[in-house]
Amino acid sequence: MSHQTPDPNDEHGSVYDGLLGTDTSQWAFGTDFEDPLAGVDTTVPSELDAAELAAYCLALGDDALVLSHRLSEWCSNAPDLEDDIALANIALDLLGQARLLLARAAAADPSVVPTLPDGSPVPVEDALAFFREAVDFRNVRMVEVANGDFAHTVARLLLFATVRLAAFERLATHADPVLAAIAAKGVKELTYHRDYAGRWFLTLAQGTEESRRRLLAGLTGLWPLQAELARAYDAGPEVDVVLDQVFAVSGVERPDVAPMTGRGHTEALSRMLAEMQVVARAHPRGQW
Amino acid sequence: MTATEDEVELQAAFDGTIARNDRIEPRDWMPEGYRRTLVRQIAQHAHSEIIGMQPEGNWITRAPSLRRKAILLAKVQDEAGHGLYLYSATETLGVSRAELTEMLIEGRQKYSSIFNYPTLSYADVGTIGWLVDGAAICNQVPLCRTSYGPYGRAMIRICKEESFHQRQGYELLMTMMRGTDEQRAMVQESVDRFWWPALMMFGPPDADSPNTAQSMAWGIKRNTNDDLRQRFVDMTVPQAEALGVTLPDPDLRWNDERGHHDFGQPDWEEFMQVVKGNGPCNAQRIAHRRRAHEDGAWVREAATAFAKRTVGEASAPVVEEVAQQPSRNPGREGT
Ligand SMILES: [Fe+2]
Ligand SMILES: [Fe+2]
Repeated sequence: MSHQTPDPNDEHGSVYDGLLGTDTSQWAFGTDFEDPLAGVDTTVPSELDAAELAAYCLALGDDALVLSHRLSEWCSNAPDLEDDIALANIALDLLGQARLLLARAAAADPSVVPTLPDGSPVPVEDALAFFREAVDFRNVRMVEVANGDFAHTVARLLLFATVRLAAFERLATHADPVLAAIAAKGVKELTYHRDYAGRWFLTLAQGTEESRRRLLAGLTGLWPLQAELARAYDAGPEVDVVLDQVFAVSGVERPDVAPMTGRGHTEALSRMLAEMQVVARAHPRGQW
Repeated sequence: MTATEDEVELQAAFDGTIARNDRIEPRDWMPEGYRRTLVRQIAQHAHSEIIGMQPEGNWITRAPSLRRKAILLAKVQDEAGHGLYLYSATETLGVSRAELTEMLIEGRQKYSSIFNYPTLSYADVGTIGWLVDGAAICNQVPLCRTSYGPYGRAMIRICKEESFHQRQGYELLMTMMRGTDEQRAMVQESVDRFWWPALMMFGPPDADSPNTAQSMAWGIKRNTNDDLRQRFVDMTVPQAEALGVTLPDPDLRWNDERGHHDFGQPDWEEFMQVVKGNGPCNAQRIAHRRRAHEDGAWVREAATAFAKRTVGEASAPVVEEVAQQPSRNPGREGT
């Protein structure tokens, strides 16, 4: 451009350098859409059933996607800046897991991906996230119920991260190398999530009368959904060992409430998806 | 030595530091007016970061792709981090985050007026990144050389991240412009709404900016409002051309003689009204911050009570440890 002014910030270099150029190395996520599994061999090993693998990855992906969404609702609403940042971190980790798992599901069995209008540039992970109906989501009910207070979020995160971490430790040696790699990466993240939730669980249990009352209310409210969560992840006794440890150190009894009957979804999911999908669905040929 | 002579010497040392363009550090003597001005400016900046989470946060749950959702969430999270560094800088001047938060929600301290405008479409996420983060960078890069050490160092880190935000915002708009007609219309409509408020971000014209001279003499401020506004316009015009949008100013044109663009003046009466609290979102933004703060009171109390109870035990205070979490916007180390 002939009339661009000289850079005013001689010392630090112009923040505008390369803005109009072709240097893409400075962009946080690249300039083009990147398949999260780009460069990965997604052939399903012959001993595995591709449709079964896809369904399993979809369920794992949906859990991450839905809980990530719930956690992202805390953004600018958390009790303190440090927790705003931490909850966003966890939401970002789970969103990353969701993207990989949805892409893995689509690559294993393309028939799981909803059909979009001809010429739609929507990538498969977004077709799955934004163009599926609530009834087709495979997530457990634990992750979809609406946010309560911070204690409710801490209790949900402790239960979810504990169960999922135990499963991911097993899945890290899964016969599908793609799922195994996704799980191995997730183990580190989920360890942090469980630790964050565990420390807050203890703090709220031992903090004030009010925090203890709220924590017990949150935990008791979620407990009826714990059995379904544990079933979905084939949770073994190691999960109970961890939870009992956290409960013991916090001076909290394991809730004595019956598992919720039914399956599928609560009323909360379709409402959540209506919000999540609204812009994407308004522009099925749009590029983002 | 009398107190007066003492003060004369301290003042001379301070003036010398400023004259050499060296940094004033927290332990150094500083005039009370300098300290007060800094607290006001840094606090206002910190509040802007925190209130600034809301307009874009408004779209996190509706981001139209998973990639955009990750980018937006990471960006808004960065703004929380900026608020944290800046509140830490005010702590070196003896004012705590809790005190400043009270001042903010009681309306006794200001934040950037741009955040009192609503976000009405997803294109606004891109426009805010491009124009608002862009204007913030123009304002803030000179502050990396500001005379107060902790502020200048915080600004260096913040500016690097703001430049990512600006690129990401511009990239979103570029992508939308390659999309459908509806998307292109969304981008133009958004730019039409944010152009003038973005120009207002540099503050009133120099003639009406009473604090500028003293702030420049103290090396707190490095450029006048009108200088920075001109730079912003000059930088933005070619970017708008490359994007394919029209900036909504009939007076905008290149002036060969001046070597700069001529441009129209924002509606300064509207600006004054927004500063006074009568903007479209002033009440909403403060109410949001107040609600989040009050809803979190029992959690902060629990953390304090728990930390007191466990003093001397091996477990570190929960909140402090969590503060160590790094921002997750990947790739920033690259700048
Ligand atoms: Fe910022
Ligand atoms: Fe920013």
